[in-house]
Amino acid sequence: MSTTLVPINPVEPFLRTERMPHIWCPGCGIGTTVNCFTRALIDSKVDLKNLAVVSGIGCTGRVAGYTNLDSFHTTHGRAIPFATGLKLANPKLNVVVYSGDGDLFAIGGNHLIHAARRNVDLKVICVNNLIYAMTGGQTAPTTPGNVVTSTSPYGTYDPAFNLPYLVEAAGAVYVARWTTFHVRQLAKSMQEMFAKKGFGFIEVLSPCPTLYQRRNKMGDGLDAMKDYKRNSKIRPGCPTSEVGLVKEGEIIVGKFVDRERPEFMDMMKAHLSQSLGEKYVQPNECESACGEEVPQCSL
Amino acid sequence: MPRGAVSIHVERCKACGFCVEFCPTHVLALSSAFNSKGYHPPHAVEPEKCSGCDLCGMFCPDFAIYGYRLPKTPAEAKETKEADDANDNG
Amino acid sequence: MPTTTADPVGVLTGSHFIDGDHAACEGAIAAGARFSSGYPITPSTEIVERFSQRAPVIGGVFIQMEDELAASITLQGAVWAGVKAFTVTSGPGFSLMMEHIGYAAMTETPCVFFDVQRGGPSTGLPTLAAQADMMQVRWGSHGDYDIIALCPNSPQECFDLAIKAFNLSEQYRVPVFVMMDEVVGHMTEKVVIPPADQIEVEPRHFTTKSKEEFLLFKPDENGVPEMAKAGDGYNIHVTGLTHDERGYPNMTPPIQDKLVKRLLSKIRNNAEKIWLFEEDAIDGADVVVVSYGITSRVAQRAIDMARAEGIKVGKFRLITAWPFPDKPIRAIAEKVKALVVPELNLGQMVREVERAANGRCKTIPVSHAGGSVHRPEDILAAIREAVR
Repeated sequence: MSTTLVPINPVEPFLRTERMPHIWCPGCGIGTTVNCFTRALIDSKVDLKNLAVVSGIGCTGRVAGYTNLDSFHTTHGRAIPFATGLKLANPKLNVVVYSGDGDLFAIGGNHLIHAARRNVDLKVICVNNLIYAMTGGQTAPTTPGNVVTSTSPYGTYDPAFNLPYLVEAAGAVYVARWTTFHVRQLAKSMQEMFAKKGFGFIEVLSPCPTLYQRRNKMGDGLDAMKDYKRNSKIRPGCPTSEVGLVKEGEIIVGKFVDRERPEFMDMMKAHLSQSLGEKYVQPNECESACGEEVPQCSL
Repeated sequence: MPRGAVSIHVERCKACGFCVEFCPTHVLALSSAFNSKGYHPPHAVEPEKCSGCDLCGMFCPDFAIYGYRLPKTPAEAKETKEADDANDNG
Repeated sequence: MPTTTADPVGVLTGSHFIDGDHAACEGAIAAGARFSSGYPITPSTEIVERFSQRAPVIGGVFIQMEDELAASITLQGAVWAGVKAFTVTSGPGFSLMMEHIGYAAMTETPCVFFDVQRGGPSTGLPTLAAQADMMQVRWGSHGDYDIIALCPNSPQECFDLAIKAFNLSEQYRVPVFVMMDEVVGHMTEKVVIPPADQIEVEPRHFTTKSKEEFLLFKPDENGVPEMAKAGDGYNIHVTGLTHDERGYPNMTPPIQDKLVKRLLSKIRNNAEKIWLFEEDAIDGADVVVVSYGITSRVAQRAIDMARAEGIKVGKFRLITAWPFPDKPIRAIAEKVKALVVPELNLGQMVREVERAANGRCKTIPVSHAGGSVHRPEDILAAIREAVR
């Protein structure tokens, strides 16, 4: 056998390797989603210098800290408005919001619906482990009924959000759901989302072995992955009203929404251009207003 | 000759079992060895079946394993070219 | 660090007859602000209403967010994309912004917040003045951190101190607050905007170091790290978690000690350079009136009335409420019988005055629950009491 150079793991350049191993539990699926994310970035040839990752608080929120890109670990629920500020001030940036179900839909719910309403050009990856994992396994607005959590010790009884339904209603132009079992499809979906302008959203079901699985005697992360494999049905274009989740029930995955709506900054520029005519000065994408001498800046 | 091989970063592994379960050709099994955290990392028990598809790498939440395609030997490359030429002419 | 002068685009050089809110907006623009994320709240709304009109003709962006929680963090995203940004609010909104004020302090994000104070607590008096957020601006967010707060007492000062606020925020990589009040915000006076080349503007201190060398949270000799922005290839990481000089979370007591003490020392070690105050007739005074914001104008009237009665009264006007100029106050306390402190609240900055005076003289508050300005007679009564 001739000596061959072993290629490096394609994910390595995307990691802050000095911070490995990460804090996620054995069998947690967040790391799996990062592999898909990396694959999607490589395949879509995104300019990595102009890519920013914004996370909130929670287990998934830690993704920002492990990615070797301009990354921002913000406050609980507020990744989306922070990302909006980044994007509006420098539209050349591709801004990915990478956060969890509780962060994006409970405390962050208001910001999510408004960003979707406006169709701000953000790519939202929502890892849904159906629980507040980081803080010890409390009920989330996505926790299905009859599940034991640390704040529902007798089992949950509130209805859970159907995330794709909500996000579609709010105005997202790309809505998909996959699980951490569907690694190839998830990477493909992320790649598709990156190529599409506007508010894109992908929900990824992921196991929380330490809290969700264990407290409900559902085994470990691998058992959850086998459940995903067994219970998932790929239904592209399925009406989002029909994709709600129940405990141990069918998991409908696929791309549900792929539509066109004018993007927020495009609308803003077009409208202001029309209203102000020649007086309108487009916001600069470069180092405006910070006192730097930059020849191409009009400021 | 196997078409692929895996590379395992033993210290990162947390023995979740995803790679073992989802390898399409069942190349891997958890070993009896321990890493310094006490986990049993996987090893290739049927390495000749590895295609280098890197599904293990895609699944691994700990970035502890990945698969890669092995370059073809000169003999294999010649075989493939002859087959391709035959297809073109046929 | 060399300053530059204002960009002429956006500087409305000339004499204007405008209110404090409008002047504050022009000050922000003159300082180079090109982004604001706002949320309406009386009596601050006019600042962003004006900015929403001005931004599109000067290459700026305004977005009205869905709440103050969003407004206070969206501007920080814009800062990390490279622009100068601000938001405006009043009491209830200020309370909502506290978490993100802490985030700005912890991540050393240069930015400006305008708080046009109104009667509180809670919904209080939306259209009437108070000065009751003065402790909140310093201590409102959780944890140990320090900030700079400026108090204009006229529309002209709203313009001037807005520029100062942006300059200080860039110099110290810290959130800076312009503590206006409803009267200063809504009073209309002459505001002179100088030519752009006479306005000093502190540029953002972007690093010129290489990617390998640069550390986003490593301080220079003044304790302040250089800045960077997304899109420049530095692969920066910004987090609210306790972090090391790379910005990576490191949640251990030694790193906590090092980081949080540095955040405080940035301001404390530079306090004497940051202090701004106005003194008049301190030497030989028996009593000094310490005031700020709109109250300082009523206090001036009371001082004039007292002097007409032959009382030797001096004036000390706080322009920086924080960091509090304790050394100058202590020096005055050694020489006078009393310090009279009128404020539109039931005792906030007077506590700092008392602390600084350290028992060397009496400290006499002139409280007011808010809703109007003091009557000069009430301040005069306290001055007379002080020299009795």
